[in-house]
Amino acid sequence: MAWSEEQMAARAAQEIEAGSIVNLGIGIPTLVANYLPARKDIWLHTENGILGMGPFPVDGKEDPHVINAGKQTVTILPGGACFDSNTSFAMIRGGHIDLTILGAMQVSEHGDLANWSIPGGKTMGFGGAMDLAAGSKRVLVMTTHRTKKGEPKLVPTCTYPLTARRVVQRIITDLAVIDATPQGFVLVECAPGTTATEVRAATGTVVR
Amino acid sequence: MGKHRDKVKKTPIEALEGLQNGARVMVGGFGLCGNPEALIDAVVELGIRDLTVISNNAGNLGKGLALWLRAGIVRKVIGTYIGNNEDLHQRMADHSVEVELIPQGTFVERMRAAGAGIAGFYTPTGTGTVVAEGKETRVFEGREHLLELPLRADFALIRAAKVDPFGNVRFWRTARTFSPTMATAATTTVVEADTLVPLGALDPDDVHLPGIYVSRIVEVKHHEDTIEYRTVRKGPI
Repeated sequence: MAWSEEQMAARAAQEIEAGSIVNLGIGIPTLVANYLPARKDIWLHTENGILGMGPFPVDGKEDPHVINAGKQTVTILPGGACFDSNTSFAMIRGGHIDLTILGAMQVSEHGDLANWSIPGGKTMGFGGAMDLAAGSKRVLVMTTHRTKKGEPKLVPTCTYPLTARRVVQRIITDLAVIDATPQGFVLVECAPGTTATEVRAATGTVVR
Repeated sequence: MGKHRDKVKKTPIEALEGLQNGARVMVGGFGLCGNPEALIDAVVELGIRDLTVISNNAGNLGKGLALWLRAGIVRKVIGTYIGNNEDLHQRMADHSVEVELIPQGTFVERMRAAGAGIAGFYTPTGTGTVVAEGKETRVFEGREHLLELPLRADFALIRAAKVDPFGNVRFWRTARTFSPTMATAATTTVVEADTLVPLGALDPDDVHLPGIYVSRIVEVKHHEDTIEYRTVRKGPI
């Protein structure tokens, strides 16, 4: 049994230390916000200019000028702050963001990340991903283990254009939790009902 | 009358005087959030073309700067993210619009450098990627950095919540993003504000963008303010 996206989000939330400043990327990482208990004192940063981002608004309370980096309507928590992109990226580039959780198209065994363009496919653009990957203290990736066509996303070397080199420390997929290290991929944990053999078979290179 | 007493214009078209074909134009906003909608419309109405647009996105859902793409008045887009903007994907594919992508933090820092008299800066963002191609690199504290240069424009078109006649601006929430920085990096900055307030109405400590950076002002009370992705929750968390 593989993890659902919601279960991946719950597992990713366990990675977040109390008191962290966290940026959640577009897509599956956004779901992690649903698994952050208030007692953990975690503050969400969104690069378009909020620290202290709250949940989606209740119906009828949307403000078109309160959005996250995925252009979804959000709220601002008590104690939250708004600022311009310059201030926001100084937080990122200056190493003030404790953890960034990003989606991926490919991750290499040494932690290279590719998440903005598939050769021959659509070019989505970088947005803030290159800055977040290069500037955050820790980078976690959430992705399905394989593409919809069944190709491995965890590979020896990225063949897609890179977002950043050697930045990803841990990967949470629907099948497992895996670390990217200077010595290659290391299996940390399998999803319940998934075996290490199955994880290795679904990965494009050696997993130790 | 000094030039600082003549900033308020009656119409968006009047506020765009001097904008010419082939101009480099920065446009504030993040997707469709914080767009100077009336100024975007007025540029189309004026028939100005061959523009280089410097903006995070180039519209979406056929709105915002997608209006310029559809009007065929854009030669090049310099931005950070295309996403699902089909109007831009289509024009990239048929090569009718050139696209230059820049990492978002580098994008805004290059504009900051232009406005602040900084000739260039080194950043680790983009090392080992296509962004590094053709750029000078230098190692600081064991880490490779890229030299990035200032990004300037002829005009900046930005949206504000409030502005006074000198051009002191307050923004609203995440409608701020790149706008205050663009205002510093352009020769002429035009502010489209929801509300024009008298001098002294803004507390000096509450000014987000001082009037020194603002050339022209137009008050526009009605905006569409399209929400790109409306997301709501069912009940309290």
